[in-house]
Amino acid sequence: MAFFEAVKLALSQIRVQKLKSFFTLLGVMIGVMFLIAVVSIVEGMGKYMQDDIMGKIIPINTFNLRQRPAVTIGNVTRAEWLSWNRRPRIKDEDIAPVVAALPPGSRAAVVSEEQLSVESKYVAKPKQVDASNVSYQYFAIKNLGVTEGRVFTQQEDALGSPVVVIGQDVATYFFPGVDPIGRELKVGHIPYTVIGIAEAQGSVFGQSLDKFIVAPLNSPLKALTNRHGVIDQIMVQSPDAQTMIIAEDAVRSVMRSRRKLMPEVKDNFVLETSDQDLAFWDKIKGYLVVAGIALPMIGVIVGAIVIMNIMLVSVSERTAEIGVRKALGARRRDILAQFLVESATLSTVGAIVGVLIGVGLSALIAYLSPLPTHVAAWSVIVAVILGAGVGIVAGVYPASRASRLDPITALRAE
Amino acid sequence: MTNELEEAPLSTTAERRAVTSVSGVTPGQEWAIVARGLKREYDMGGEIVRALRGVDLAVRRNEYVAIMGPSGSGKSTLMNLIGCLDTPDAGEYWLNGQLVSGMSDDALAHVRNKEIGFVFQTFNLLPRSTALQNVELPLVYAGVSGDERRQRATEALESVELGSRLDHRPNELSGGQRQRVAIARALVNRPAILLADEPTGNLDSRTSEDIMRVFSGLSDHGQTVIMVTHEPDIAAHARRVIVLRDGLVETDERRENFHERLSAFGSSVVG
Ligand SMILES: Nc1ncnc2c1ncn2[C@@H]1O[C@H](COP(=O)(O)OP(=O)(O)O)[C@@H](O)[C@H]1O
Ligand SMILES: [Mg+2]
Repeated sequence: MAFFEAVKLALSQIRVQKLKSFFTLLGVMIGVMFLIAVVSIVEGMGKYMQDDIMGKIIPINTFNLRQRPAVTIGNVTRAEWLSWNRRPRIKDEDIAPVVAALPPGSRAAVVSEEQLSVESKYVAKPKQVDASNVSYQYFAIKNLGVTEGRVFTQQEDALGSPVVVIGQDVATYFFPGVDPIGRELKVGHIPYTVIGIAEAQGSVFGQSLDKFIVAPLNSPLKALTNRHGVIDQIMVQSPDAQTMIIAEDAVRSVMRSRRKLMPEVKDNFVLETSDQDLAFWDKIKGYLVVAGIALPMIGVIVGAIVIMNIMLVSVSERTAEIGVRKALGARRRDILAQFLVESATLSTVGAIVGVLIGVGLSALIAYLSPLPTHVAAWSVIVAVILGAGVGIVAGVYPASRASRLDPITALRAE
Repeated sequence: MTNELEEAPLSTTAERRAVTSVSGVTPGQEWAIVARGLKREYDMGGEIVRALRGVDLAVRRNEYVAIMGPSGSGKSTLMNLIGCLDTPDAGEYWLNGQLVSGMSDDALAHVRNKEIGFVFQTFNLLPRSTALQNVELPLVYAGVSGDERRQRATEALESVELGSRLDHRPNELSGGQRQRVAIARALVNRPAILLADEPTGNLDSRTSEDIMRVFSGLSDHGQTVIMVTHEPDIAAHARRVIVLRDGLVETDERRENFHERLSAFGSSVVG
C-alpha cells in the first residue's frame, strides 16, 4: 500500500480520536517542547555571551598581549595565580618592537587601566570609575564612537593632553543637568577636560559597562594607572582571522626573543582572544545541551511506552478491520506498514505540536527575560526525526502483531 | 410454464456421481475449483471438532452453486478454505488450475486480492470509511493508482445501483445497501470467483430477493458464484446445490435441464 495512503489513514485516525491522541502524544509533546526550549535558551545564552559580552570586552579578530588573562571564567589554581604574579609586566619598551612585527593591515593600541576616584564640582561625592589611558587607535579597534563631542586625536595622544572621553554613566552622574563637553573632571585629583561622551555600552550580568573614562596614553593619568614604564596590554587588531594568526605568531616570537625564553619554556605572557574565553562557555554549553537532551529523553521514552500501549490497544480494537483488509488482499507488509506509519505519523504530529509549543515558550522567555533565546534549526529537525523515530520504534511490536494475525481468526473477532 | 420450471427434476444418481467424484478431474483452466479430501479440524481445548472430514469438490467456470446444510455442518469452514482465508489440515485445493494449498502468505494474499471476491453475512465493511473507500480497498492492495481506483470503485457501486451513495458511511446505509456495497467491493477487482457466506442471512426477504437478483445477473454474465445459504428459496436461484452434513458432502445436485429451460425463456423469468 502506498505510503501516502497510510499517512492519510493515520491522520484520519487522529482526527476521529482527538482527545485520546492528545493524551497519547503528551509525553512526546512535552519531551520535544523541552528539547526546543532548552536548546533555544542555550543558544540564546551563547549568542548573548558572544555578541553582548565577549564582543564588548575583546572585539573580533583582536588579541591582547598581557601579563595575565583579563577575563578568567572557571577555576584558576592558586599555583597558577602565583605564577602569573611572578611574570614580568609588559613595558613601554615592548611597544615599538611589537608594533614593528605586525603584518600589514594590523593596528595596535596600548592600554593601561586602573580603578580611580573621579570628582566634578557639580556633585559632592567622588566616585570610583574604570579609568584608562590608551593610544588613539583604541577607539577604532573597539569601534567606540561618541554621541557628543569627539574622541582625542593622534596629536593629543602624542602630546599627552589632559582631555577625556567619558562613558554615559559618568556623564549623567558627574554632570547632572549640564552639558559635560568642555567642562572639568578631576581624575585622581588631576584636572581633565571632557571632550566626548561615548556611546552607551549596555551591561553584562547587571554590571554597567558605561562607568569608564578614557584619556590619551601619555596624559598625566599615566602616573596613576601604571608607573615605571609599565603598561597593561597591547591590543592588536587584524583585518581578518588569518592575518590575526600571523600577527599572534609574530608578537609571540618577538616577546619570547625579547625575554630570551628557551624553546622548552612556556610563554610568560598571554595573547588573549575572545575565543579563549568563549571556549570555557562552550564547555558549559556542552553540559547544558546534554541536560537539554537528557531531560526531554525521559519524556520521549515515557511517550514511546504510551504510544506502544495505545497501538497495542488499537490493534486489538481493530482486529476485525485487519481481518477485512487481509480478506481483501492485504499482505503482512501492508498491515505492518499501515500500523508503523500510523504510529510514526501519530508521534510526528505530537513532535510537531511539541515544536510549536517549544517555539512559543522560547519566544515567551525572550519576551520576559533578557535572554535572547534562539530556536536552533537543528533542534527542530532533531525533534521531528525523534518524533518519527519514537513512533516507529514504539510501533514495531504492535504492528508486527497485527501483521501476523490470521485472516479468518481476525475476521471472527467482533 | 412456471410450474414446469418448479417441477423440473433434480439430477439423476448418475449425474450426481459425475459431479461429486473429482478423481477423474484434472485441475485446469476450465475448473474454477478442484478440491480433494479437504479436512479441517478445530482443537477446542483438547476436544477435536472435525468441521470438514474430507470434502471433494469440483466447480466449473461460470457455475452458480449453492451450498446448503444444517448449522454446524461445515459450510463456513469450507467457504473460508475456498476463499483462502483459512488453510486445510489435509487435502489439496486448486483454484483456476493453481495449487493453492501450500502457498506462501504473500501468494495467498495475492490470490485473495485478484481471484476471489468474498461477501460476508455481516457485510464486514470498514465502519469509518465511506462506501467508495470501502470499495477502493481491494484496488489499494492491488496497487491501482488513485484516479483509476476511484473511477473503478465508482463504476462498481453504480453497477449495484449505489452511484448516489458514494460518500455514505456504512451506518448511513440500510442493510441491503451495505450488502450491495460489499458486493461491489467483492467484484471491483474482477475476481474469478464470487463467494458469499449467507449473504442474505441478515436481510429481510424483500431485500434478500434484491441481492439474489444481483447474483443471478452476475451469473448470467458469466461470473462464477458460490454461495452458502440455509434457505431453500435462496438456494433455488442457483443451478447446482451441494448439501453438507457433518463435514461431508451429502448430496450434490445439478439442475441442468432447469438451467437449459431457463435460458430458453430468458433470464428475466428468474430475475
Ligand atoms: N474457530 C472455530 N473454533 C472451533 N470450532 C469451530 C470454529 N469454527 C467452526 N467451528 C466448528 O466447526 C463446525 C463447523 O462450523 P461452520 O463451518 O461454521 O458451520 P456452518 O457454517 O455450516 O454453520 C461447527 O461444529 C463449529 O462449532
Ligand atoms: Mg456458517
